[in-house]
Amino acid sequence: MAGEFVLLTFPESPFGMRVKVALAEKGIEYEEKVENLFDKSPLLLQMNPVHRKIPVLIHNGTPICESLIIVQYIDEISKDKSPLLPSDPYQCAHARFWGDFVDKKIHPTGRRLWANIGEEQEAGKKELIEGLKAMEGELGDKPYFNGETFGFVDLSFVPFYPWFHTYESIGNFSIEAEFPKLVAWGKRCMEKESVSKSLADPHKILDFVMGRRKKMGF
Amino acid sequence: MAEEVTFLNFWASPSAMRCRIALAEKGVNYECKEENLRHKSPLLLEMNPVHKKVPVLIHNGKPVCESLNIVQYIDEAWTDESPLLPSDPYQRAQARFWSDFVDNKVFEMGAKVWETKGDEQETAKKNFRECLTLLEGELGDKPYFGGEAFGFLDVNLIPFYCWFHASESCKHFRIEADCPKLISWAKRCMEKESVSMSLPDLNEYALHIKKFFGID
Repeated sequence: MAGEFVLLTFPESPFGMRVKVALAEKGIEYEEKVENLFDKSPLLLQMNPVHRKIPVLIHNGTPICESLIIVQYIDEISKDKSPLLPSDPYQCAHARFWGDFVDKKIHPTGRRLWANIGEEQEAGKKELIEGLKAMEGELGDKPYFNGETFGFVDLSFVPFYPWFHTYESIGNFSIEAEFPKLVAWGKRCMEKESVSKSLADPHKILDFVMGRRKKMGF
Repeated sequence: MAEEVTFLNFWASPSAMRCRIALAEKGVNYECKEENLRHKSPLLLEMNPVHKKVPVLIHNGKPVCESLNIVQYIDEAWTDESPLLPSDPYQRAQARFWSDFVDNKVFEMGAKVWETKGDEQETAKKNFRECLTLLEGELGDKPYFGGEAFGFLDVNLIPFYCWFHASESCKHFRIEADCPKLISWAKRCMEKESVSMSLPDLNEYALHIKKFFGID
Protein backbone atom coordinates (compact mmCIF):
# COMPACT_ATOMS: atom_id res chain seq x y z
CA MET A 1 0.00 0.00 0.00
CA ALA A 2 1.58 3.22 -1.14
CA GLY A 3 1.87 6.21 1.12
CA GLU A 4 2.92 7.19 4.59
CA PHE A 5 0.75 6.19 7.54
CA VAL A 6 1.06 7.56 11.06
CA LEU A 7 -1.23 6.45 13.89
CA LEU A 8 -1.72 8.63 16.96
CA THR A 9 -2.90 6.39 19.77
CA PHE A 10 -2.18 5.00 23.21
CA PRO A 11 -1.76 1.28 23.92
CA GLU A 12 -4.77 0.68 26.21
CA SER A 13 -7.31 2.40 23.98
CA PRO A 14 -9.72 -0.11 22.45
CA PHE A 15 -10.39 2.42 19.68
CA GLY A 16 -6.69 2.63 18.85
CA MET A 17 -6.44 -1.16 18.90
CA ARG A 18 -9.23 -1.41 16.31
CA VAL A 19 -7.19 0.65 13.86
CA LYS A 20 -4.06 -1.40 14.55
CA VAL A 21 -5.91 -4.65 13.83
CA ALA A 22 -7.30 -3.20 10.59
CA LEU A 23 -3.87 -1.99 9.44
CA ALA A 24 -2.36 -5.40 10.28
CA GLU A 25 -5.15 -7.24 8.43
CA LYS A 26 -4.30 -5.21 5.34
CA GLY A 27 -0.54 -5.54 5.75
CA ILE A 28 -0.15 -1.76 5.91
CA GLU A 29 2.98 -0.48 7.62
CA TYR A 30 2.72 2.59 9.79
CA GLU A 31 4.48 4.65 12.41
CA GLU A 32 2.84 4.58 15.82
CA LYS A 33 3.03 7.72 17.97
CA VAL A 34 1.96 7.22 21.56
CA GLU A 35 -0.01 10.12 23.02
CA ASN A 36 -0.10 11.23 26.64
CA LEU A 37 -3.77 12.00 27.19
CA PHE A 38 -2.98 14.48 29.95
CA ASP A 39 -0.49 16.33 27.75
CA LYS A 40 -1.73 16.07 24.19
CA SER A 41 0.78 16.73 21.45
CA PRO A 42 0.50 19.75 19.11
CA LEU A 43 0.24 17.20 16.28
CA LEU A 44 -2.88 15.60 17.81
CA LEU A 45 -4.51 18.98 18.44
CA GLN A 46 -3.74 20.02 14.88
CA MET A 47 -4.92 16.76 13.31
CA ASN A 48 -8.09 16.40 15.38
CA PRO A 49 -9.10 19.94 16.36
CA VAL A 50 -12.80 18.99 16.68
CA HIS A 51 -12.56 16.21 19.26
CA ARG A 52 -8.88 16.30 20.31
CA LYS A 53 -8.99 12.52 20.73
CA ILE A 54 -7.10 9.47 19.58
CA PRO A 55 -6.99 7.46 17.43
CA VAL A 56 -6.09 9.59 14.43
CA LEU A 57 -4.76 7.99 11.28
CA ILE A 58 -2.65 10.39 9.24
CA HIS A 59 -2.33 9.24 5.61
CA ASN A 60 0.16 11.29 3.59
CA GLY A 61 -0.35 14.16 6.01
CA THR A 62 -4.16 14.05 5.92
CA PRO A 63 -5.99 13.05 9.12
CA ILE A 64 -8.90 10.64 9.47
CA CYS A 65 -10.63 10.50 12.87
CA GLU A 66 -13.12 8.29 14.76
CA SER A 67 -12.10 4.62 14.93
CA LEU A 68 -14.91 2.97 12.95
CA ILE A 69 -14.66 5.65 10.28
CA ILE A 70 -10.89 5.04 10.11
CA VAL A 71 -11.47 1.28 9.80
CA GLN A 72 -13.92 1.80 6.94
CA TYR A 73 -11.42 4.13 5.25
CA ILE A 74 -8.65 1.53 5.55
CA ASP A 75 -11.03 -1.07 4.12
CA GLU A 76 -11.95 1.15 1.16
CA ILE A 77 -8.39 2.10 0.20
CA SER A 78 -7.27 -1.55 0.06
CA LYS A 79 -10.29 -3.50 -1.12
CA ASP A 80 -8.31 -6.38 -2.64
CA LYS A 81 -6.84 -7.64 0.62
CA SER A 82 -8.81 -9.12 3.56
CA PRO A 83 -12.12 -7.26 3.08
CA LEU A 84 -13.49 -6.19 6.46
CA LEU A 85 -17.00 -5.15 5.47
CA PRO A 86 -19.23 -7.42 3.34
CA SER A 87 -20.11 -6.26 -0.18
CA ASP A 88 -23.83 -7.00 0.21
CA PRO A 89 -25.60 -3.80 1.38
CA TYR A 90 -27.80 -5.57 3.93
CA GLN A 91 -24.94 -7.51 5.52
CA CYS A 92 -22.91 -4.31 5.53
CA ALA A 93 -25.68 -2.45 7.36
CA HIS A 94 -25.94 -5.33 9.82
CA ALA A 95 -22.19 -5.15 10.52
CA ARG A 96 -22.28 -1.37 10.99
CA PHE A 97 -25.22 -1.70 13.36
CA TRP A 98 -23.29 -4.02 15.68
CA GLY A 99 -20.11 -1.95 15.46
CA ASP A 100 -22.22 1.01 16.56
CA PHE A 101 -23.75 -1.14 19.34
CA VAL A 102 -20.28 -1.79 20.77
CA ASP A 103 -19.68 1.97 20.82
CA LYS A 104 -23.01 2.73 22.47
CA LYS A 105 -23.44 -0.20 24.86
CA ILE A 106 -20.07 -1.79 25.66
CA HIS A 107 -17.56 1.04 25.90
CA PRO A 108 -19.57 3.57 27.95
CA THR A 109 -21.04 0.94 30.28
CA GLY A 110 -17.62 -0.60 30.90
CA ARG A 111 -16.31 2.86 31.64
CA ARG A 112 -19.16 3.54 34.04
CA LEU A 113 -18.13 0.36 35.87
CA TRP A 114 -14.40 1.13 36.18
CA ALA A 115 -14.53 4.90 36.61
CA ASN A 116 -16.92 4.82 39.57
CA ILE A 117 -17.68 3.18 42.88
CA GLY A 118 -20.86 2.24 44.71
CA GLU A 119 -24.25 2.62 43.00
CA GLU A 120 -22.82 4.16 39.82
CA GLN A 121 -20.44 1.23 39.47
CA GLU A 122 -23.23 -1.28 40.04
CA ALA A 123 -25.37 0.45 37.42
CA GLY A 124 -22.46 0.29 34.94
CA LYS A 125 -21.91 -3.39 35.71
CA LYS A 126 -25.58 -4.21 35.13
CA GLU A 127 -25.63 -2.31 31.79
CA LEU A 128 -22.37 -3.92 30.68
CA ILE A 129 -23.75 -7.39 31.43
CA GLU A 130 -26.83 -6.57 29.33
CA GLY A 131 -24.57 -5.42 26.50
CA LEU A 132 -22.42 -8.55 26.67
CA LYS A 133 -25.55 -10.69 26.69
CA ALA A 134 -26.71 -9.01 23.48
CA MET A 135 -23.27 -9.55 21.90
CA GLU A 136 -23.27 -13.23 22.85
CA GLY A 137 -26.76 -13.55 21.37
CA GLU A 138 -25.57 -11.98 18.13
CA LEU A 139 -22.52 -14.29 17.98
CA GLY A 140 -24.68 -17.40 18.48
CA ASP A 141 -22.83 -20.55 17.44
CA LYS A 142 -20.78 -18.87 14.71
CA PRO A 143 -16.98 -18.93 15.05
CA TYR A 144 -16.91 -15.17 14.35
CA PHE A 145 -19.55 -12.43 14.34
CA ASN A 146 -18.88 -12.28 10.60
CA GLY A 147 -19.57 -16.02 10.18
CA GLU A 148 -16.74 -18.27 9.11
CA THR A 149 -14.18 -15.48 8.86
CA PHE A 150 -13.07 -12.51 10.99
CA GLY A 151 -14.82 -9.30 9.96
CA PHE A 152 -15.90 -5.79 10.89
CA VAL A 153 -17.90 -6.60 14.02
CA ASP A 154 -15.15 -8.91 15.30
CA LEU A 155 -12.64 -6.13 14.74
CA SER A 156 -14.89 -3.55 16.44
CA PHE A 157 -15.39 -5.68 19.54
CA VAL A 158 -12.14 -7.65 19.98
CA PRO A 159 -10.18 -4.75 21.55
CA PHE A 160 -12.57 -5.00 24.49
CA TYR A 161 -11.55 -8.65 25.04
CA PRO A 162 -8.36 -7.68 26.98
CA TRP A 163 -10.54 -5.24 28.94
CA PHE A 164 -12.61 -8.16 30.31
CA HIS A 165 -9.97 -8.77 32.98
CA THR A 166 -10.35 -5.18 34.20
CA TYR A 167 -14.16 -5.31 34.20
CA GLU A 168 -14.03 -8.63 36.12
CA SER A 169 -11.49 -7.43 38.67
CA ILE A 170 -13.21 -4.16 39.46
CA GLY A 171 -16.77 -5.42 39.02
CA ASN A 172 -16.11 -8.64 40.91
CA PHE A 173 -17.70 -11.06 38.49
CA SER A 174 -16.59 -13.62 35.92
CA ILE A 175 -17.23 -12.87 32.25
CA GLU A 176 -16.03 -16.38 31.38
CA ALA A 177 -18.64 -17.94 33.68
CA GLU A 178 -21.47 -15.72 32.41
CA PHE A 179 -20.48 -15.53 28.73
CA PRO A 180 -18.35 -18.55 27.82
CA LYS A 181 -19.02 -18.16 24.09
CA LEU A 182 -17.64 -14.62 24.09
CA VAL A 183 -14.47 -15.69 25.86
CA ALA A 184 -14.02 -18.62 23.46
CA TRP A 185 -14.49 -16.18 20.57
CA GLY A 186 -11.87 -13.83 22.08
CA LYS A 187 -9.36 -16.67 22.36
CA ARG A 188 -10.09 -17.69 18.77
CA CYS A 189 -9.45 -14.13 17.55
CA MET A 190 -6.20 -13.99 19.52
CA GLU A 191 -4.89 -16.87 17.37
CA LYS A 192 -4.78 -14.39 14.48
CA GLU A 193 -1.49 -12.53 14.31
CA SER A 194 -3.18 -9.25 13.31
CA VAL A 195 -5.09 -9.38 16.60
CA SER A 196 -2.49 -10.74 19.00
CA LYS A 197 0.13 -8.19 17.96
CA SER A 198 -2.35 -5.28 18.18
CA LEU A 199 -4.10 -5.89 21.47
CA ALA A 200 -2.77 -4.60 24.79
CA ASP A 201 -1.89 -6.95 27.62
CA PRO A 202 -4.87 -7.37 30.00
CA HIS A 203 -2.69 -6.83 33.09
CA LYS A 204 -1.29 -3.60 31.70
CA ILE A 205 -4.84 -2.40 31.06
CA LEU A 206 -5.78 -3.15 34.68
CA ASP A 207 -2.65 -1.31 35.92
CA PHE A 208 -3.58 1.66 33.74
CA VAL A 209 -7.15 1.70 35.08
CA MET A 210 -6.04 1.32 38.71
CA GLY A 211 -3.77 4.30 38.15
CA ARG A 212 -6.70 6.33 36.77
CA ARG A 213 -8.95 5.26 39.67
CA LYS A 214 -6.29 6.36 42.15
CA LYS A 215 -6.18 9.79 40.51
CA MET A 216 -9.98 9.92 40.82
CA GLY A 217 -9.63 9.18 44.53
CA PHE A 218 -10.91 5.59 44.60
CA MET B 1 -38.22 -9.23 -7.64
CA ALA B 2 -40.92 -6.83 -6.44
CA GLU B 3 -39.54 -4.51 -3.81
CA GLU B 4 -41.33 -4.26 -0.50
CA VAL B 5 -40.24 -1.29 1.56
CA THR B 6 -41.80 -0.27 4.86
CA PHE B 7 -40.63 2.56 7.08
CA LEU B 8 -41.42 2.81 10.79
CA ASN B 9 -41.62 6.53 11.43
CA PHE B 10 -42.29 9.17 14.04
CA TRP B 11 -43.30 12.48 12.48
CA ALA B 12 -41.18 14.66 14.78
CA SER B 13 -38.00 12.59 14.76
CA PRO B 14 -35.09 14.27 12.90
CA SER B 15 -33.49 10.83 12.58
CA ALA B 16 -36.56 9.55 10.76
CA MET B 17 -36.74 12.66 8.55
CA ARG B 18 -33.22 12.08 7.22
CA CYS B 19 -34.13 8.52 6.14
CA ARG B 20 -37.28 9.74 4.35
CA ILE B 21 -35.23 12.40 2.55
CA ALA B 22 -32.84 9.67 1.38
CA LEU B 23 -35.73 7.47 0.20
CA ALA B 24 -37.21 10.45 -1.67
CA GLU B 25 -33.84 11.27 -3.28
CA LYS B 26 -33.71 7.73 -4.60
CA GLY B 27 -37.34 7.70 -5.75
CA VAL B 28 -38.16 4.66 -3.60
CA ASN B 29 -41.84 3.77 -3.12
CA TYR B 30 -42.56 2.70 0.43
CA GLU B 31 -45.24 2.29 3.03
CA CYS B 32 -44.82 4.70 5.94
CA LYS B 33 -46.13 3.47 9.30
CA GLU B 34 -46.45 6.06 12.04
CA GLU B 35 -45.42 4.82 15.49
CA ASN B 36 -46.87 5.91 18.81
CA LEU B 37 -43.74 6.13 20.98
CA ARG B 38 -45.75 5.61 24.14
CA HIS B 39 -47.31 2.47 22.73
CA LYS B 40 -44.80 0.84 20.39
CA SER B 41 -46.14 -1.60 17.82
CA PRO B 42 -45.33 -5.34 17.90
CA LEU B 43 -43.74 -4.82 14.47
CA LEU B 44 -41.30 -2.22 15.85
CA LEU B 45 -40.38 -4.40 18.81
CA GLU B 46 -39.85 -7.35 16.48
CA MET B 47 -37.82 -5.40 13.92
CA ASN B 48 -35.67 -3.47 16.43
CA PRO B 49 -35.49 -5.69 19.51
CA VAL B 50 -32.10 -4.25 20.53
CA HIS B 51 -32.98 -0.56 20.80
CA LYS B 52 -36.80 -0.60 20.34
CA LYS B 53 -36.58 2.76 18.56
CA VAL B 54 -37.61 4.44 15.35
CA PRO B 55 -36.68 4.83 12.61
CA VAL B 56 -36.55 1.33 11.14
CA LEU B 57 -36.40 0.56 7.43
CA ILE B 58 -37.78 -2.85 6.48
CA HIS B 59 -36.64 -3.94 3.04
CA ASN B 60 -38.17 -7.19 1.78
CA GLY B 61 -38.84 -8.21 5.38
CA LYS B 62 -35.33 -7.41 6.66
CA PRO B 63 -34.86 -4.56 9.15
CA VAL B 64 -32.17 -1.88 9.08
CA CYS B 65 -31.84 0.30 12.20
CA GLU B 66 -30.01 3.46 13.31
CA SER B 67 -30.59 6.42 11.01
CA LEU B 68 -27.05 7.01 9.69
CA ASN B 69 -26.82 3.29 8.99
CA ILE B 70 -30.20 3.38 7.22
CA VAL B 71 -29.15 6.33 5.03
CA GLN B 72 -25.95 4.52 4.00
CA TYR B 73 -27.95 1.37 3.29
CA ILE B 74 -30.40 3.32 1.12
CA ASP B 75 -27.44 4.78 -0.79
CA GLU B 76 -25.95 1.31 -1.35
CA ALA B 77 -29.16 -0.58 -2.12
CA TRP B 78 -30.57 1.95 -4.64
CA THR B 79 -27.73 3.04 -6.87
CA ASP B 80 -29.53 4.23 -10.02
CA GLU B 81 -29.84 7.85 -8.97
CA SER B 82 -28.65 10.55 -6.59
CA PRO B 83 -25.52 9.08 -5.00
CA LEU B 84 -25.32 10.41 -1.46
CA LEU B 85 -21.83 9.35 -0.41
CA PRO B 86 -18.96 10.33 -2.73
CA SER B 87 -16.83 7.62 -4.31
CA ASP B 88 -13.47 8.85 -2.99
CA PRO B 89 -12.57 7.07 0.31
CA TYR B 90 -11.26 10.24 1.99
CA GLN B 91 -14.35 12.28 1.04
CA ARG B 92 -16.51 9.43 2.32
CA ALA B 93 -14.60 9.44 5.63
CA GLN B 94 -15.16 13.21 5.93
CA ALA B 95 -18.90 12.89 5.22
CA ARG B 96 -19.17 10.13 7.84
CA PHE B 97 -17.08 12.10 10.37
CA TRP B 98 -19.26 15.21 10.17
CA SER B 99 -22.47 13.16 10.20
CA ASP B 100 -21.21 11.48 13.38
CA PHE B 101 -20.46 15.00 14.72
CA VAL B 102 -24.06 16.02 14.00
CA ASP B 103 -25.36 13.01 15.91
CA ASN B 104 -23.03 13.22 18.87
CA LYS B 105 -22.53 16.95 19.32
CA VAL B 106 -25.15 19.01 17.50
CA PHE B 107 -28.08 16.95 18.73
CA GLU B 108 -26.74 16.77 22.29
CA MET B 109 -25.80 20.46 22.51
CA GLY B 110 -29.03 21.56 20.87
CA ALA B 111 -31.12 19.54 23.31
CA LYS B 112 -29.28 21.14 26.26
CA VAL B 113 -30.26 24.61 25.02
CA TRP B 114 -33.91 23.60 25.14
CA GLU B 115 -33.63 21.70 28.44
CA THR B 116 -31.76 24.21 30.61
CA LYS B 117 -32.26 27.66 32.04
CA GLY B 118 -30.16 30.53 33.33
CA ASP B 119 -26.36 30.13 33.46
CA GLU B 120 -26.52 26.51 32.37
CA GLN B 121 -28.45 27.58 29.28
CA GLU B 122 -25.89 30.29 28.49
CA THR B 123 -23.14 27.65 28.53
CA ALA B 124 -25.28 25.36 26.37
CA LYS B 125 -25.89 28.15 23.87
CA LYS B 126 -22.16 28.88 23.68
CA ASN B 127 -21.37 25.19 23.06
CA PHE B 128 -24.13 24.94 20.45
CA ARG B 129 -22.89 28.04 18.64
CA GLU B 130 -19.39 26.53 18.56
CA CYS B 131 -20.81 23.39 16.92
CA LEU B 132 -22.60 25.47 14.32
CA THR B 133 -19.45 27.51 13.64
CA LEU B 134 -17.52 24.31 13.01
CA LEU B 135 -20.21 23.17 10.58
CA GLU B 136 -20.12 26.54 8.79
CA GLY B 137 -16.35 26.09 8.46
CA GLU B 138 -16.88 22.69 6.89
CA LEU B 139 -19.50 24.09 4.47
CA GLY B 140 -17.25 26.97 3.40
CA ASP B 141 -18.48 28.57 0.19
CA LYS B 142 -19.95 25.38 -1.25
CA PRO B 143 -23.67 25.32 -2.06
CA TYR B 144 -23.98 22.00 -0.22
CA PHE B 145 -21.75 20.06 2.19
CA GLY B 146 -21.55 17.50 -0.63
CA GLY B 147 -20.16 20.17 -2.99
CA GLU B 148 -22.24 21.03 -6.04
CA ALA B 149 -24.72 18.28 -5.27
CA PHE B 150 -26.82 17.52 -2.21
CA GLY B 151 -25.12 14.65 -0.37
CA PHE B 152 -24.82 12.48 2.73
CA LEU B 153 -24.05 15.19 5.29
CA ASP B 154 -26.71 17.51 3.83
CA VAL B 155 -29.30 14.73 4.25
CA ASN B 156 -28.21 14.05 7.82
CA LEU B 157 -28.09 17.67 9.01
CA ILE B 158 -31.07 19.31 7.28
CA PRO B 159 -33.75 17.85 9.64
CA PHE B 160 -32.29 20.03 12.39
CA TYR B 161 -33.64 23.00 10.45
CA CYS B 162 -36.88 22.22 12.29
CA TRP B 163 -35.10 23.12 15.53
CA PHE B 164 -33.56 26.25 14.03
CA HIS B 165 -36.98 27.39 12.85
CA ALA B 166 -38.48 26.66 16.28
CA SER B 167 -35.72 28.56 18.04
CA GLU B 168 -36.30 31.69 15.93
CA SER B 169 -39.79 31.97 17.37
CA CYS B 170 -38.49 31.42 20.86
CA LYS B 171 -37.25 34.43 22.77
CA HIS B 172 -34.48 32.46 24.43
CA PHE B 173 -32.42 31.49 21.44
CA ARG B 174 -32.04 32.90 17.99
CA ILE B 175 -29.22 31.72 15.80
CA GLU B 176 -29.75 33.16 12.33
CA ALA B 177 -27.41 36.08 12.99
CA ASP B 178 -24.71 33.74 14.30
CA CYS B 179 -24.58 31.36 11.37
CA PRO B 180 -25.98 33.04 8.25
CA LYS B 181 -24.23 30.62 5.85
CA LEU B 182 -25.82 27.65 7.54
CA ILE B 183 -29.27 29.24 7.39
CA SER B 184 -28.91 30.06 3.68
CA TRP B 185 -27.68 26.47 3.10
CA ALA B 186 -30.77 25.21 4.92
CA LYS B 187 -33.10 27.39 2.85
CA ARG B 188 -31.39 26.13 -0.32
CA CYS B 189 -31.99 22.52 0.83
CA MET B 190 -35.63 23.30 1.64
CA GLU B 191 -36.17 24.16 -2.05
CA LYS B 192 -35.58 20.51 -2.88
CA GLU B 193 -38.78 18.50 -3.04
CA SER B 194 -37.19 15.50 -1.30
CA VAL B 195 -36.51 17.74 1.72
CA SER B 196 -39.68 19.84 1.85
CA MET B 197 -41.89 16.74 1.61
CA SER B 198 -39.96 14.94 4.36
CA LEU B 199 -39.93 17.66 6.98
CA PRO B 200 -43.10 18.31 9.00
CA ASP B 201 -44.99 21.58 9.06
CA LEU B 202 -42.43 23.82 10.77
CA ASN B 203 -44.92 25.67 12.94
CA GLU B 204 -46.50 22.43 14.11
CA TYR B 205 -43.03 21.13 14.92
CA ALA B 206 -42.19 24.31 16.85
CA LEU B 207 -45.29 23.81 19.00
CA HIS B 208 -44.39 20.15 19.55
CA ILE B 209 -40.80 20.82 20.61
CA LYS B 210 -41.76 23.62 22.95
CA LYS B 211 -44.37 21.40 24.58
CA PHE B 212 -41.82 18.56 24.82
CA PHE B 213 -39.30 20.77 26.60
CA GLY B 214 -41.88 22.69 28.61
CA ILE B 215 -41.13 26.10 27.07
CA ASP B 216 -43.59 28.85 26.19
